[in-house]
Amino acid sequence: MSPTISCSSVYKIFGDNAQKLLSESGGNVDAKKFQEAGCIVGVNDASFEVNNGEMLVVMGLSGSGKSTLLRCISRLTDATAGKILIDGEDICLMNNKQLIELRREKMGMVFQNFALLPHKTVLENIAFPLQVKGVTTDNSIHKALEMVELVGLKGRENYFPRELSGGQQQRVGIARSLAVEPDIWFLDEPFSALDPLIRKEMQDEFLRLQSVLNKTIMFVTHDFDEALRLADRIAIMKDGIIEQLDKPDNIVLNPATDYVRKFTEDVPREKVLKIESIMDSADPNASGDMVVNKNDIIETVAEKILSSKDIIRVTDDNNSVVGSINPSKVIKVLFGG
Amino acid sequence: MDKNYIEIIRNSKPAQFGILLIVFLFLYHLIPHSEGNYFWRLPSLLGFIPIKLNEVIYAALYDWFPLKVWDPIFEMYEEKAAFREFTKSISKGLLFLITFVRELLLGGDKIIDVFVSDAWLKENDWMSWPALPWTAGTVGAFLLGFQLGGIRLALLGGIGALYVSIFGNWVPSIQTLSFVLITTPICFVLGLSFGIWGYLDKKVETSLQPVLNVMQTMPQFAYLVPIIALFGLGDHAGSIATIVIATPPMIRNTILGLKRISPEVVEAGLMSGCTKSQLMFKVLIPTARRDILNGVNTVIMQCLAMVVIASFVGAKGLGLNLKVALNSLKIGKAAEAGFCIVLIAVILDRFTKAWANKQVDYFENLTFFERYKLLIIFGISILIFSVVAFIANGYFDKINYLYVIPIEKGLTFAHYIDAAVDWVWDTFFYSLNSFNKFLLTQVLGPMKKAYLGMPVAATLTLTMGVAYIIGGIRTGLLVGGMMLFIAMSKYWDRALITMYMATFAVIMASLNGIIVGSIFAQTQRGSKFILSVCDFFETFPSFVYLIPVIFLFNITDTSVLIAAIVYATVPATRYTVWGLNSVPLSLHEAGTMSGVSRMQRWTNIEIPLAFPTIMLGVNQTVVFTLQMVILGALIGTEDLGQLIFGALSRAQDGPGVAITLGLFVSLMAISVDVIVRKWAEERKKALGLD
Repeated sequence: MSPTISCSSVYKIFGDNAQKLLSESGGNVDAKKFQEAGCIVGVNDASFEVNNGEMLVVMGLSGSGKSTLLRCISRLTDATAGKILIDGEDICLMNNKQLIELRREKMGMVFQNFALLPHKTVLENIAFPLQVKGVTTDNSIHKALEMVELVGLKGRENYFPRELSGGQQQRVGIARSLAVEPDIWFLDEPFSALDPLIRKEMQDEFLRLQSVLNKTIMFVTHDFDEALRLADRIAIMKDGIIEQLDKPDNIVLNPATDYVRKFTEDVPREKVLKIESIMDSADPNASGDMVVNKNDIIETVAEKILSSKDIIRVTDDNNSVVGSINPSKVIKVLFGG
Repeated sequence: MDKNYIEIIRNSKPAQFGILLIVFLFLYHLIPHSEGNYFWRLPSLLGFIPIKLNEVIYAALYDWFPLKVWDPIFEMYEEKAAFREFTKSISKGLLFLITFVRELLLGGDKIIDVFVSDAWLKENDWMSWPALPWTAGTVGAFLLGFQLGGIRLALLGGIGALYVSIFGNWVPSIQTLSFVLITTPICFVLGLSFGIWGYLDKKVETSLQPVLNVMQTMPQFAYLVPIIALFGLGDHAGSIATIVIATPPMIRNTILGLKRISPEVVEAGLMSGCTKSQLMFKVLIPTARRDILNGVNTVIMQCLAMVVIASFVGAKGLGLNLKVALNSLKIGKAAEAGFCIVLIAVILDRFTKAWANKQVDYFENLTFFERYKLLIIFGISILIFSVVAFIANGYFDKINYLYVIPIEKGLTFAHYIDAAVDWVWDTFFYSLNSFNKFLLTQVLGPMKKAYLGMPVAATLTLTMGVAYIIGGIRTGLLVGGMMLFIAMSKYWDRALITMYMATFAVIMASLNGIIVGSIFAQTQRGSKFILSVCDFFETFPSFVYLIPVIFLFNITDTSVLIAAIVYATVPATRYTVWGLNSVPLSLHEAGTMSGVSRMQRWTNIEIPLAFPTIMLGVNQTVVFTLQMVILGALIGTEDLGQLIFGALSRAQDGPGVAITLGLFVSLMAISVDVIVRKWAEERKKALGLD
């Protein structure tokens, strides 16, 4: 199956003479040249794919270009060069009408500061994407009520955004982005403006939603822990360049650059690594009743493993044995050494 | 050693100002006062401007682009200038709209007359739209208030209408209201359109700015003569004058509001799949609603502030009554009319705000009667009161009090006010008079003399120098150019008198405002209180301020100046409070922990940090002061205002003169604005605000 989002050599360069330089160089982009000419390179040669139902988290500190990359893919800004395919269609070539059509049918986006319309109630905000699409008031309100229930805001339909807490406002933002039932879901630092406790709660809520909805997601954050918690794969960006793009456990185990290592150093391994990454090959002596799934995070099954005296079998999703795990390995991950 | 001095002067603004002052004084005393000396007064090289302007206006009206127009009376084609036909049709359209609203409420046959022939109407004299009885009007105001904002607004509307009717001001109030109801939407549409255009196109915005600056700082009087020339006399002329004055703030508010929208909201709109027009009308404008509605509010307030001035070009209503009363020095009557204007202003202000905040309820499931019950009650009340009033025709002799209470039969509190004024006059005559005399002979007189005694070279050096020191070479040249423009006309002496009055009033008003603002801004409740007082005073049309001072200080510069000071203290106070409130709490705490006293905190922390905002207030003060000083011409001063006012009665060369003089006043205000803004910006940068 072809990937839902596919980027190849995407560049975004800010600066007055960026266009001129680009046409001079005949379409070939050399980021260094632009930087020398005083331009700012927001996104530098980004190439990656996001598969259907996958969640890619783009992680980076402020100014790393992560939000710019997201905006190139949603075409809120035009990429300077490169190809961005959504379901095989190059959105950089779309005209305004096609773009509106695409956004109305396939895309939803959540914003850091919620970006709710202050003059509309919760219900009207959620119904808004449907109403601009031309859905009748009755139908859009009906659908919006469903969404209100989905994000757990029942009873607050007629509140105005200003009357809600940050977490509740973001629930509205999430409901609005889902109202048109998009395939692709963009989230731009959705939980960064929230208090730590609320943030945790919203992350859980988000995972619950995703397990039900199974959207293709691009999620931008500056919080490495958040990225680890949520992602199928993580892209770590610095100065517009994607430093590493991999699964969370691979990033923690094998950081590609020193920059990435700085993030991974303090990460508690047991919270990230799956059993799969420390298991041995299937051991015929393992005979106990206890089994763990290879996709379990170590922390969640550590107690179970350590309390057993036997070697424990590891199974895959089909319940067939694929390996075994030695408690000493778990101890090593937990306490180092 | 020498180099050191130059370095010191370059880096020290006080030193630069000191040198400037010395040069100024030097020039002031050295240049001989004689008419032939160009350093004393410049020749009026630009005297042709008003004449040329006139030529252009009249050429446009009578010569350019002739069209063949069918004259139905003489039954022949006539050559008429296209521009004149254009202005004529605007006049007609506006007048029709205003008359339509007016007759809808007050009754009459003018609108019917438009559609049928005169002769037919004379034969059928029953053919006249019936007046709305004031009783039904009061019920209407009550119900409208109820619909918009519950019982509180209902009472405001109902009692307001009742007061207006019983005190005999029903007819002029409706006349004024119809004027406002037509003018406001026009200003709104124009302002919104230009605002959107300016927001979408940076070039349009930059070219709009100077035009708006001039429009907003031109004295209202200056527009009247050209408008009479172009559109003739009548309610429509008043409406046009108001549109010219009230549209710029609407444009500004629209641009400001749209620009303030966070980029995320725009993106959210785009990602929701909005088309361009959906984005503008469903996302941007509603999100900027607060600023846009502030604009609408300003427009309404401007309309009411203009009703008196509009009466000079033939607008009927409360403004005309106020003007007539003021002309014949009937303070009580004038105060009554003024009170009605303020009352209408307050009611419209609250009603529009409530209307703007109204929301749709999706869950109400109402029957036809429930949904329209207020409308139905209103309809029934019209029916009942009309029938009652009609029946009552038989009982009343001449005047049917159930339709309308005429002004001479209504209740009145004018004699109480007159009595109070008399009492004040009798009791305080000597103290008021001696205060007045003291001010005139000891302060204002010498000040005026000093201003008039300034050689033009000295004045130009001083203004250009100040502008240069504060804003650099470009600001210096800009301000110098504007001043030179005034100096090369034959009105320089008058301009100096205007400047002296404005200077005095601005200094006094700023001091008042900063002191009052600082006192009240010490506590949160105080700030809130004083800001609402400012709101209240700002609903007063500028004219109202002239009523009390005339009686206390007679027709002198003192009256005008005191009115100007009171009027301009409002913005100075408001901005002071804003500025002081914007000082972060952490700085207060840091100051307290450093052991500052209250006074030290005020002088060392609050005032410096609030300074840029306070300066913007001073800017407003200048504009307000100039408006009032020019308005003062109405009660007799001898500055530019008097000439502008005088131009009103000169049809031939009036328009050109009025525009030129208005432009001069505007240039003065803009000069100050340019300097003050630069200064405030620089302070802001230095303080790391922004």
